Formats: sequence, C-alpha cells, structure tokens
Amino acid sequence: MDGVHDMGGSSKHFGPLKALDRSEKPFAEPWEGRAFALTLLANRAATASNLPAFRHALERVPEKEYLANYYGRWLGSAEILLVDSGLLAAGAVEARAKTLRGEKGEEPADPEPHKPTMESGGGGNLRTIDAPRAFAVGDRVTTSATGPTGHTRLPGYARTKVGTITALRPAQIFPDTTAHFVAENPQHVYSVTYDAHDLWGAGSEPFNLTLDLYESYLERVQ
Amino acid sequence: MTQAEMEPDIDLALRTEALESLLLERGLADTKTIETFIGIYETQVGPMNGAKVVARAWTDADYKAKLLQDGTAAIAELGFKGPQGEHMVVLENTPALHHVVVCTLCSCYPWPVLGLPPSWYKDSAYRSRVVKEPRAVLAEWGTALGDDVEVKVVDSSSEVRYFVLPERPAGTESMSLEELAALVTRDNMVGVTRVAGPAVTAP
Repeated sequence: MDGVHDMGGSSKHFGPLKALDRSEKPFAEPWEGRAFALTLLANRAATASNLPAFRHALERVPEKEYLANYYGRWLGSAEILLVDSGLLAAGAVEARAKTLRGEKGEEPADPEPHKPTMESGGGGNLRTIDAPRAFAVGDRVTTSATGPTGHTRLPGYARTKVGTITALRPAQIFPDTTAHFVAENPQHVYSVTYDAHDLWGAGSEPFNLTLDLYESYLERVQ
Repeated sequence: MTQAEMEPDIDLALRTEALESLLLERGLADTKTIETFIGIYETQVGPMNGAKVVARAWTDADYKAKLLQDGTAAIAELGFKGPQGEHMVVLENTPALHHVVVCTLCSCYPWPVLGLPPSWYKDSAYRSRVVKEPRAVLAEWGTALGDDVEVKVVDSSSEVRYFVLPERPAGTESMSLEELAALVTRDNMVGVTRVAGPAVTAP
C-alpha cells in the first residue's frame, strides 16, 4: 500500500538527522513502555500476534499521527486492531479517557467479537517449504510496477528496478496475504542487490543496496 | 478514532491509560505481563548484548567465523534470541567495505542483540535518506568514508535481521572482553559510526 510509511528515498521526509545519543533509554516516558506492552498484548488478543497485520495497522494510522510520535503510532495501531476484530468499539478509548479525567458521558457498548482467523503453520514467521526455488544467486530480477492496495514489503523505490540475487534467505510467511488473513502462503526469500545508479540515476552517490524480497515479487530479466 | 481526530487535550499518556484500563477489565492484558514486557527491554535486552557478541568475535577467530556463517546460532550461543531475531545475518565492516542497516517501511531492528530501536533509527530523516544518500548521512554523523570504501546499505524488508560487526580499533590489543564490549555502541552495530578507540593519554 502506498502511504507515509513507504518513505525510502522520499525527499519530503529529508531533513536533519537526530543526534546519536548513546544514553537514550528504550522509553522516554513511562507511558511509552506501557504503550509498547499494551500494543503487543492488543495484537495478541486481536490477531494471535500476526506481525504483518500489526505492520499493516501501523500503515493505516493517519499520516499526521504516524509522524508525530513512534509509540503514539503504536497506540493508533492497537486501536485499529482491536476495533477491526470487534474487541473494542470505535471511540471506546477516547470515551474512557474522558471518563478517567472525570467527565460524565456514555462509553460505547462492546461489539460482537469477530476476530479474523487463518490456518497457521506454527509460531514465528519462518517456514520450511518443499517447493523448489525459482531463482538462484546471480539471476537478474525485476519487480512489478503496480503497488498492491494492501500490505506489501516491496518498497516503492524498488518497483520496476533491476537487481541481482546475491543471497538465498529462509522461506517465510508472505506478508501481503498474511496481513489480510487470506493465507500464510509461505515462500522463498532472496537478497536482491541494486546498484544505486539503477535506483536513483547517474548522479547518485556510488553504493549498492540490498533488499530481502519474497519470490512472488520477482520476475526474471533475461 | 485516531489521535488526530481526538480532542487535542487527550494526550498520549491519558490515551495509554484509557487503553490499559479497557484491556485490563476485559482480561486482555494483566499488570504483571505489562511490567514484564517493559522490564525485559529496560534491563535485559539492549545494545550491551550485541557488544558482547562483537567483543567475542574480535577475540575468538573461530567464533567470528561461525558468527559470519550462521549468525542466529552463534548469537544464540551467547544466550541472545527471541522476537525480531528469528534469522540473524552478521555483516562485517572492514577498511574497504562499510555496511549500514535501515528499515524504510517500518522500524525493523534486531531486538535480541540491540534492544528496541533508538529515536534516530525510527526517524523519517534516517529512513528516507540513508537508502538514497548513505555517504552524506554517515558524514553528517561524523563518519567520513573515502571514495575507496565500498558502501552497502541493507533495507530490512523481510524477517531477516541484520547486525553489523564493526572494525576493532587500534590500540585495543591488551583489552579484556569487558573492556572491549564497553567501547561498542548501538550505532556502531547498525553501521552509522565506527568504533572509537580507547582514549589516548599523552606520554
């Protein structure tokens, strides 16, 4: 899905880097640690800890909120997951916040839970599959110009670019279908390496860039 | 309902408190688990783990070879495994080759060895720029790379997690494992800086 999250190479996000602070703590404020833990638990309750579904919820947090605060983004994703699965009503968190600060008002009733389900090949995201690999190290590959409307792990900046397979990675569940509870559809994964000039044009800094791409993203280039 | 649509005076701390009370009363969370999750990442899992891996690799050639060949197993040997570390690949930086790691689509990061990602790694400027102008990004943080140094950027787009084995600085030959580990920072292990050598005292 196109959106604010797909920011690789996007000049509208260019700006000064944050300072490297060796003493930075994992959570700047106590609420951040609680938001971290609560989001993990919300995703456990709503999706049986479907990681692509969590990422897709983060991607659906509105742009302003997405950019404002990292753990605020997590809170937004937790609410999306809980509302999507019918564990909380839309607006329930805001209503509770008002109750907590002493306002009188109605809190919405819980909906009927309708947690999405999907057959799973086990815990984690790696899988062992029998299908032979379609590609080998050294193969030249490209990707489709069309971005999917749902979740994907193919960054926009790599679409239609030509790269070379440089390593074979373990088979993994396919995020594009898992995020939507269609199927895990596990498949082979490849490290694909691009010359910066093929990504960004002749004037680019010299370097190369590697992405780990799922087999069904790839097409062979002769 | 999103934060942007909420009344502006409902801040993130209050919103967190509201979510917590809703999950607690529905039995979807419990205080002990919440505090356990927080405690793990505040005290047990962080860049001090990765620094131990680096120090061991600098002082034990067999371990280093194993680390580069099967990162997941070699890191697990030191007791580090868990979420966001299912399949670890270790990238060795040398005087001629410099790796730097990012996740442009979210903020994937190798939790078992580095803990939760720092602000600069999650920030839009780093995520957008480092895949397009890595040399400029590194230079902005004081890491000057000559034209003779090859730069490789890795964008973490699958469940493989990358960890950089930085170069061992000169002047550390007599240091213990603990002293070596104390030199290594998380930014060294993401590849945005090199390890600073020990402070040199004038004779």
